Amino acid sequence: MEILVCVKQVPDTTEVKVDPKTGTLIRDGVPSILNPFDQFALEESVRLKNQYGGNVTVISMGPPQARTALMKCLALGADRAILLSDRTFAGADTWATAYTLALAIQKAGKFDLIMCGQQAIDGDTAQVGPEIAHNLGMAQVTYVEKVESVEAGKITVKSIFEDGYHIIEAKTPVLLTCNTPSSFQYGNPPMMAIMKAGKKPFDTWTYNEIGGDKAKMGLCGSPTQVVRVYSPPTRGKGILLNEPADGAVKKLIEAMREKKVV
Amino acid sequence: MAGININEKCVGCGICVKICPFGAISLVNKKAVIGDACTLCGACESSCKFGAIQIERCVGKVDTSQFKGVWIFAEAHEGKLKNVAFELLGKARDLAKELNQEVGALILGKNVKPLAQELAKFGANKVYIAEHLLLEDYSTDAYSNIIVGLISKHKPNIVLYPATRIGRDLAPRVAAALNLGLTADCTGLSIKDGLLLQTRPAFGGNIMADILCPNTRPQMATVRPNVFKKPEPSGAAHEIIGVPVKLEPFAIRTKTKEIIKSEASGAKKIDEVDVIVAGGRGMECKENFKLLEELAETLGGAVGASRVAVENGWIPKAHQVGQSGTTVSPKVYIACGISGTIQHLVGMKDSKFIIAINKDPAAPIFNFSDVGIVGDVKEVLPKLKEEIAKIVKASGQ
Ligand SMILES: Cc1cc2nc3c(=O)[nH]c(=O)nc-3n(C[C@H](O)[C@H](O)[C@H](O)COP(=O)(O)OP(=O)(O)OC[C@H]3O[C@@H](n4cnc5c(N)ncnc54)[C@H](O)[C@@H]3O)c2cc1C
Ligand SMILES: Nc1ncnc2c1ncn2[C@@H]1O[C@H](COP(=O)(O)O)[C@@H](O)[C@H]1O
Repeated sequence: MEILVCVKQVPDTTEVKVDPKTGTLIRDGVPSILNPFDQFALEESVRLKNQYGGNVTVISMGPPQARTALMKCLALGADRAILLSDRTFAGADTWATAYTLALAIQKAGKFDLIMCGQQAIDGDTAQVGPEIAHNLGMAQVTYVEKVESVEAGKITVKSIFEDGYHIIEAKTPVLLTCNTPSSFQYGNPPMMAIMKAGKKPFDTWTYNEIGGDKAKMGLCGSPTQVVRVYSPPTRGKGILLNEPADGAVKKLIEAMREKKVV
Repeated sequence: MAGININEKCVGCGICVKICPFGAISLVNKKAVIGDACTLCGACESSCKFGAIQIERCVGKVDTSQFKGVWIFAEAHEGKLKNVAFELLGKARDLAKELNQEVGALILGKNVKPLAQELAKFGANKVYIAEHLLLEDYSTDAYSNIIVGLISKHKPNIVLYPATRIGRDLAPRVAAALNLGLTADCTGLSIKDGLLLQTRPAFGGNIMADILCPNTRPQMATVRPNVFKKPEPSGAAHEIIGVPVKLEPFAIRTKTKEIIKSEASGAKKIDEVDVIVAGGRGMECKENFKLLEELAETLGGAVGASRVAVENGWIPKAHQVGQSGTTVSPKVYIACGISGTIQHLVGMKDSKFIIAINKDPAAPIFNFSDVGIVGDVKEVLPKLKEEIAKIVKASGQ
């Protein structure tokens, strides 16, 4: 089975801090990480490869330093990596990202399975996966927590719905977006694997390699335009009650009544 | 039919005839011919193995004045409209009023006429209703094809979807098919200089962004449940428009084999309630979740959880609040034994009134709470329940 995983390097949003004085985002020193949902998608793909045979290719569109995220994927068991990096691609919204990635995926080969993370934690949009699926004319299943089984021409997955889990059978080729199950342990690859990763095939593609319509790429090709970015209104300082439970509960009830929430 | 072409690569295999959800394609002299029922939905284009069908679509500037109306995709579950369908309708009414345009609602399903009536009652001027046996369960293929078709045909100015499991699966598929921008998870929508100004959180909720789609139509967004208010019935003039659909099972590439309902699926859904009582690691064991259930029941709310609580098997995943769970914004959120990591906070920090109970006075959750109690949940929760029960009882008399 040929599997392709789309991964993104993202700022670790848990490390993002807001300047208490100016209310602006402090991005300095915020580490970049492999999007956690993508790491799960990758490890699930490697598990499938080990069980059913085949290869895992990882692709990422981003600045040159996104190479680090791809190297991590190679160390975690991917066989080949492609970095799409070009000024032309910069500033893309989900539509333009999916357009560019779909072009590159077509150039990269034929895949039975494309895996994406549920969402990238910088924007949390969850849109790029389904948009790539459309561009490649593929079926899709989102919110997948586990691939249950793979058979000729079809795949069975466990997907989260609001009423529980649905077991869904999909014809291949198919694109899945993965949501990390609570039991998943984020680990780092062992030293040996990191050293071996350096020897695996790694391609860097620019606009020249993938071609396509420049007017549909990057900032200019993006239908959505961010016109303003600002800090969310801060919550007024709350009350902290550090006293025996009886008194604290009484004061809480008073506050709730005042705000008319009981 | 304008806008769609069949080229010489057509071999007359007839797959497109079967796949067209609108029954618009026929074979004439072993070649596909597109009839007037065509809505340019594109189902045939992506199903043709020979690349024989081409739809002319441009990303660039469109004549935006042709696009009119504010539409919503009305999501239903087990024969009932979800709350968020009404919330979207309310917002659509405001936007439509400002633009002096009509409100449209889309409802798809097996037997949804009563729901169409309800949408009309709550202010949809036009309700497009598509009924088919194969629309009973949601599928990306069937739903997106029909909606793409309806949008292509009727050219609405704005289309809103709920930012739910289904809405987030469907909307990007439609956006890709029609080459449209799409803004995810909006918490604010207004009209600015005739355009839809879409406000959404980003960077784990650390910043807000205002987004416009000036050049493409319709302008589309998914909208967070529980942010906008359910409106009153409107009494506005309305029309219910049946959409004839023809679906073949093979055109739907995914099939639901089994539904494993979470134990509590009979219970209230966390994105539909006004009050959430949530527990984390500090609840210590499954038995102590009873304390949360009792308080939630007294308040008419539901139980939520941090990821750790779900991981420990104290409660099913459907109750998880946060980045890899559900985003909620109820009127009251009571966080019990939850530390307040960013992954949890992004899922609940827009709640209107936040209460935290934690024995660690330095827990980050206190920075986001209106009222914090430093104490042991096992001691505080029973007392709180008792006090609230008194109030509920008093107001019930
Ligand atoms: C990719 C990714 C996605 C994630 N998605 C989510 C998500 O969607 N939702 C989510 O919640 N988490 C998510 N997490 C996990 C998150 O990072 C935290 O691990 C989790 O939220 C912590 O849960 P907690 O607050 O219950 O536990 P802890 O952080 O361990 O906090 C327990 C708290 O309980 C207090 N406490 C202990 N005993 C008592 C007592 N008797 N009475 C009162 N207080 C007590 C402690 O002081 C402490 O503050 C995600 C993590 C990753 C990496
Ligand atoms: N620049 C990118 N390069 C590769 N994959 C991406 C990129 N952006 C998004 N993706 C994939 O799409 C998923 C959803 O991203 P998003 O729609 O941005 O939330 C991610 O988890 C990745 O799998």
